[in-house]
Amino acid sequence: MENKKLLLDIQDLTIHYITESGNVHAVENLNLTLEHGENLGFVGETGAGKTTTALGIMGLVPNPPGKVMGGKILFEGEDLLKKSERQMRDIRGGKIAMIFQDPMTSLNPVMTVDKQIAEMVLLHNDVTEQQALERAQEMLELVGIKRERAKDFPHQFSGGMKQRVVIAIALACNPTLLIADEPTTALDVTIQAQVLELMHDLRRKINTSLVMITHDLGIVAEMCDKVAIMYAGKVVEYAPTEALFNRPTHPYTEGLFNSIPDLEKDEEELKVITGLMPDPTNLPSGCAFHPRCPYAADSCSSEVPAMLEIAPGHFAACPVRAGRWAKTEAAPAEVKS
Amino acid sequence: MSAQAPVKMKSEAGLLDIWNRLRKNHLALFGLVIVVLLVFFAITADFIAPYRYDQQNLMKAFESPSKEHFFGTDEFGRDIFSRIIHGSRISLQVGMIAVGIAVVFGGLLGSVAGYYGGRIDNLIMRAMDILLSIPSILLAIAIAASLGPGLYNMMVAVGISSTPQYARIIRGSVLSLRGQEFVEAAKAVGSSDTRIILKHIIPNCLAPIIVQSTLGVASAILTAAGLSFIGLGIQPPTPEWGAMLSGGREYIRDYAYMTIFPGLAIMITILALNFLGDGLRDVLDPKLKR
Amino acid sequence: MIKYIFKRILSLIPVMLGVAFIVFTLLYLTPGDPARIVLGDQATEEALHEFREKEGLNDPFLVQFGNYVWKAVTRGDIGRSYMTRRSVANEIMSAFPSTLKLALSCVIAAIILGVPIGILSAIRQNSLFDNVTRFLAMVGLSMPVFWQGVLLILLFSVKLRWFPSSGFDTWATLVLPTLTLACNPLAVITRMTRSSMLEVVRQDYIRTARAKGQSERIVIWRHALGNALIPIVTVIGLQFGTLLAGAVLTESIFSIPGVGRLMVDAIKMRDYPVVQGGVLFIAITFSFVNLMVDLLYAWVDPRIRAQYK
Repeated sequence: MENKKLLLDIQDLTIHYITESGNVHAVENLNLTLEHGENLGFVGETGAGKTTTALGIMGLVPNPPGKVMGGKILFEGEDLLKKSERQMRDIRGGKIAMIFQDPMTSLNPVMTVDKQIAEMVLLHNDVTEQQALERAQEMLELVGIKRERAKDFPHQFSGGMKQRVVIAIALACNPTLLIADEPTTALDVTIQAQVLELMHDLRRKINTSLVMITHDLGIVAEMCDKVAIMYAGKVVEYAPTEALFNRPTHPYTEGLFNSIPDLEKDEEELKVITGLMPDPTNLPSGCAFHPRCPYAADSCSSEVPAMLEIAPGHFAACPVRAGRWAKTEAAPAEVKS
Repeated sequence: MSAQAPVKMKSEAGLLDIWNRLRKNHLALFGLVIVVLLVFFAITADFIAPYRYDQQNLMKAFESPSKEHFFGTDEFGRDIFSRIIHGSRISLQVGMIAVGIAVVFGGLLGSVAGYYGGRIDNLIMRAMDILLSIPSILLAIAIAASLGPGLYNMMVAVGISSTPQYARIIRGSVLSLRGQEFVEAAKAVGSSDTRIILKHIIPNCLAPIIVQSTLGVASAILTAAGLSFIGLGIQPPTPEWGAMLSGGREYIRDYAYMTIFPGLAIMITILALNFLGDGLRDVLDPKLKR
Repeated sequence: MIKYIFKRILSLIPVMLGVAFIVFTLLYLTPGDPARIVLGDQATEEALHEFREKEGLNDPFLVQFGNYVWKAVTRGDIGRSYMTRRSVANEIMSAFPSTLKLALSCVIAAIILGVPIGILSAIRQNSLFDNVTRFLAMVGLSMPVFWQGVLLILLFSVKLRWFPSSGFDTWATLVLPTLTLACNPLAVITRMTRSSMLEVVRQDYIRTARAKGQSERIVIWRHALGNALIPIVTVIGLQFGTLLAGAVLTESIFSIPGVGRLMVDAIKMRDYPVVQGGVLFIAITFSFVNLMVDLLYAWVDPRIRAQYK
């Protein structure tokens, strides 16, 4: 992969939270790439480290407990971790915008919505306040909120509309990259569909690349070109959406897909992945998934698996199952029961 | 397959755990030590104090602090150090009884109001609002003025003036507990209301009560000292710190130590209780992580 | 909104009646014969009896209370001082400006110092500044007002001769009493600001503001403070009430001719109508201030404002 083409190139990112009860390995040697105009789905269970990664990109990891221990975050070729705070402030909102999970609490309760959008505009553009407010009203219309409501306060909007305001704020300065951290998790399913559609349209209008953090594979199927599956702080599988859904390779990914109940079959029990998420202060040795993995080999508990390219553009961090979809193969690795 | 290391269990909120967490707070520990010391003085005052608190010796009046009289003597030749030690007994008594009154009455009113709700709640809380609209020191002054001088009258005055706060707190706790399921369960089994209040609700209110009581003893002592300072409450020769301060005011130009030591005693006591109360609040209320 | 204000003022009335009732009851129960106090020990039995009849002291309790309230509401007459025989209302009104001056200067001092220090303390949580501030705030809370006043007099009046210790006319005379009385509110406001800021700074919308690329300074002073001020305002209102009461002791010490000293002297002289009137007056003022604070609170927080439109 050439670095020039990549919008975002994260290399070996490690972020820990240093707490009294131990060092939380939130993100551990993470590698991820995103090209211009791409939509990346960033999937994992709660606590896998997705939000932390996003905060790391924005430079918003809360500093008393959190600390970036190493790695690089290359955005348009430049390492964000090496930038000064002032430079980061220009980038935040201007080039990389982020929307967070809970719209109910993401807006300042004592400021009108137009002022909140205008603030974003004023920070990154040399315009007057009046012009910023104008732009704010435009953004409101763009996200489907009537202009007349510009002077209303957040509490006067429903959850779905609040999230639209949040999106309006994020896109007000036409950012190059939008990171959306589970933007619809807190919303009703019907509203969810509306918001996703809105994001889909806007993304194309404004030509923003998207990192969509979610734990919902359905959303991924609908919105994303590529998918990265995250487990215990690492990316364990990375592939174009179609490849991931049709040929899931890593045992964790396989487990995720298996646990989705099939509408057409009659099942008595849901298939779950046995075991629990590992304690982030005490990760298992070798491959973090090996205690729960039905295919684990001896080497899995001692060697940290590298990402293997099992097909063009399709990477998985599992030497045992890497050959799963290959057509001509010797017998697969021994399966431990 | 290798087994994963067992997940560390968070320690439970047992008494030992509370003690451990409190220990880490140095200020609270300091407070606890002082309070224990004070209780010790209060109990053993008769044995520890080198002189009796009312032992006059006019020939030795106005002596500066010396080896014989650590804190000097007052206008009647009484040893100030001894009087301060005896004063600890008075202050602690006042503090604890006043808070005791406030907790019992406030608790009763608050739990009845919170538990039964409706008109009873309204009535009781209106009454509390009326009391609360008079700043508590003022209320204590008014009650003390009407009851007349005396140590016990003062305790009652301070106690009554603090009652509304406790009523409010306990009512709040009771209200939030009332809706919880274990109360419904108890009712379903046929427990009487009184039993539910006594056995279930009050034990769960304990945390805020303990915190407020510790801080309450501090403010009760302060209020009592204030009352004595303006001449209500304590009668001489009772060695109450506030009264001692008031008495020493006349002579402040030449014998400042007569006011400094009682004031210091009050301040250290209040400080200790406040540190302890704050520390207890941090430990007992898990939501308030500073 | 006007309707709400009106309703609140109306709801003060039963509270005030209640206060008047309590105060009147306390007075009624006080041992001592008002007739004897006013007329002196040499007065004849006849004179005493006449006095009691005139003042209605022989009427049943509720009648006396009713009269008291009636006279207070219709004529602003809350009795006469036993000592000076002047109207209690007059005495209080002439003493009130001094108390108000003192209370205001303390509130202003406490806010000007307390809020910024509280904010800094919150921003630099657990730093040396924060820990020292918290310690000092505790000390400030624990210091008995009367001791502090006496000490300050000792230090600045007697030894250093920088400030006068009595009187209340010049700026200089305001300094020591304010220093004394303001410590408690200063400590409370500092602590409240700190904890309110700490709470607000953890909120999601602060993270949103940062994600916009906003400078930390504006995030704190505009976004955070704007929300944190709401509970702080309530505390300031309560402190004002405490100040009115704490003034009682401070005015005594510094010989300030305010309502507090009026009452302390009245207690010593057993001039109970003045005590009663004073308590009533302070209670009404306190309730009024709290009402103002509630309204201010509603005005500042748009969520609450909306409820009362």
